[in-house]
Amino acid sequence: MKARVHVMLKSGVLDPQGEAVRHALGSMGFGGVEAVRQGKVIELDLAETDAAKAKATVTEMCEKLLANTVIESYSVELA
Amino acid sequence: MHAAVIVFPGSNCDRDLAVAFERAGARVSMVWHKDTDLPQGVDVVGVPGGFSYGDYLRCGAIAANSPICRSVIAHADKGGYVLGVCNGFQILTETGILPGALLRNAGLKYVCKPVGLRVVTSDSAFTHGYAAGSTITVPIAHHDGNYYADDATLERLQAEDRVAFAYTDNPNGSARDIAGILSENRRGLGMMPHPERMAEPLQGGTDGAALFAGLLGALERA
Repeated sequence: MKARVHVMLKSGVLDPQGEAVRHALGSMGFGGVEAVRQGKVIELDLAETDAAKAKATVTEMCEKLLANTVIESYSVELA
Repeated sequence: MHAAVIVFPGSNCDRDLAVAFERAGARVSMVWHKDTDLPQGVDVVGVPGGFSYGDYLRCGAIAANSPICRSVIAHADKGGYVLGVCNGFQILTETGILPGALLRNAGLKYVCKPVGLRVVTSDSAFTHGYAAGSTITVPIAHHDGNYYADDATLERLQAEDRVAFAYTDNPNGSARDIAGILSENRRGLGMMPHPERMAEPLQGGTDGAALFAGLLGALERA
């Protein structure tokens, strides 16, 4: 079973990289980009076949390592 | 005083930190990240600067979950002293020994230069060798030193006099100019600037030496 984890800076935490990308897009002529937030995607291949168990395990992985919940939020998608 | 300096793959300030502890009169043990226990009788654990595990995932995240860090957390929990410098500060926030997190510098650039620091409190073993309110010069060298914590945490840090050092000219966007903070029991210090790189005249200044000498003095008296 595959899991995909999205990790984003929480809203309210300044994302200087996203801001830099927004500025670059503006200077390239892409108007109207009001905000850019940059995050990361982590894909996991799991031996687990039970979706509920997989979701619980990946959530624990997020809490303990994959995301820093002081500054980041995460979501887990199974496929 | 017996100091342990943790060595991670990618640490690059471990020997500088060890020398600074030694010059202050400490006995130093270097401890590999795969070790599970600190040496017997360690008074202070130094978590050095560098790029532990290549800064993969987030600065300090993988180091904070390494075998030795469980012992570092236990050492802090039972009242042991911990000093985290630069990547060491990032690691201490990732372990939860210190609150908050270090974000990418607001200017997006790696900044490597001497900076002015205001000693905000002299009420700790690390800072009692300085006069509160005095300004010292210590180098920084980091890409992710932008201190972040939510407003309630920042208020609490200030109300409890736990901001140890503040930048005189904020180089990285840190909330409230914070350069270094103390743990709740004041025995843990995390700071982005490198006192071990300003500890003897050949390094261009000695403003960092009082931190190590002060720590040794406090421990000898205890």
